[in-house]
Amino acid sequence: MKGKTIMVIRILVILSAAAMITYGIFRGEVSIVMNKAASICFECIGLGK
Amino acid sequence: MNIKSSFKRKIIQFIAFVLSNPYINKMGSGNIYKGSWKRFCNPGLNCYSCPAARFACPIGAMQAVNGSMDFSWSFYIVGSLCAFGILFGRAVCGFLCPFGLLQELIYKIPFPKCKRKLPGWLKYIKYGMLLIVVLMLPVLITNATGMGNPYFCKYICPAGTIEGGIPLLLTNQNLRKMAGGVMAFKIIIAFLTIAGCLMISRFFCKILCPLGAFYGFFNKISFIRLETDRNSCESCGKCSKVCPMDVDPSVNPNSPECIRCGKCIASCHKQAIHVRKPSSITNNPTTAQSRR
Repeated sequence: MKGKTIMVIRILVILSAAAMITYGIFRGEVSIVMNKAASICFECIGLGK
Repeated sequence: MNIKSSFKRKIIQFIAFVLSNPYINKMGSGNIYKGSWKRFCNPGLNCYSCPAARFACPIGAMQAVNGSMDFSWSFYIVGSLCAFGILFGRAVCGFLCPFGLLQELIYKIPFPKCKRKLPGWLKYIKYGMLLIVVLMLPVLITNATGMGNPYFCKYICPAGTIEGGIPLLLTNQNLRKMAGGVMAFKIIIAFLTIAGCLMISRFFCKILCPLGAFYGFFNKISFIRLETDRNSCESCGKCSKVCPMDVDPSVNPNSPECIRCGKCIASCHKQAIHVRKPSSITNNPTTAQSRR
């Protein structure tokens, strides 16, 4: 892959990542992440059926 | 192996481990840290139900959003992982992942080591984990309220069992009463993973880690990349022999499997392998950047 192509892809990925993070925050994903991460995740530690 | 570069990497790994798990005082409490840092995801695999964990686990968080009632795709987590991926690629695995460090420490325990390279097809299992278990199952298999389980965390993730499950069960009697068949199954998976890590370097990273699979897509385009000078390379095979991920850096320095540990760079007496400058965008015909 040519160097300039890689640089263009990098810029596009960075911009897409920033857009995705912003959109995710805007539509309320952070509260789901926070709720899950700030309480003991029974599935993660192997509890439950 | 160059002791200096190996030592530097270990220091960075330990710092990343401590920054990811600073609440050591919580380890005996039977509870976890619940502060606002938990809204951000860790670049490496680190269970958010580990009592000492500061950040959310990216794989757990991704499944939580994918399996929620409102959403089936997490832009927030995928965007965060794309940002980490384009900056570092799988250097996250080599330098920042707490579970990666644990695996390396387990591999240092004296035990018969598997000298052969693993069959190539085994590395594709982790892509299946990412696509099927992490991304698809929480969306496709849901309960009456439309919520899906975090299947990777629930049935597979040994990091969750080792970092979260075992410390919490040892210190919290109420949780211990709830342990059943799934816990037993997860403990078996965790023991098999530890046994694998005793014999094979980075066993979990090579075969099962969905996060490593994700970051692997960025290795050819990330800011941190390797290149091999074909004029200097004697194809002696030393770099391939020392590689903990069974990569041949002389042929494919930017393989999706490479975790950028730098052992190949240190092993090359001709200094043919080096880290490519992020600002460098010109192509040198005498270098191998990503050949298959």
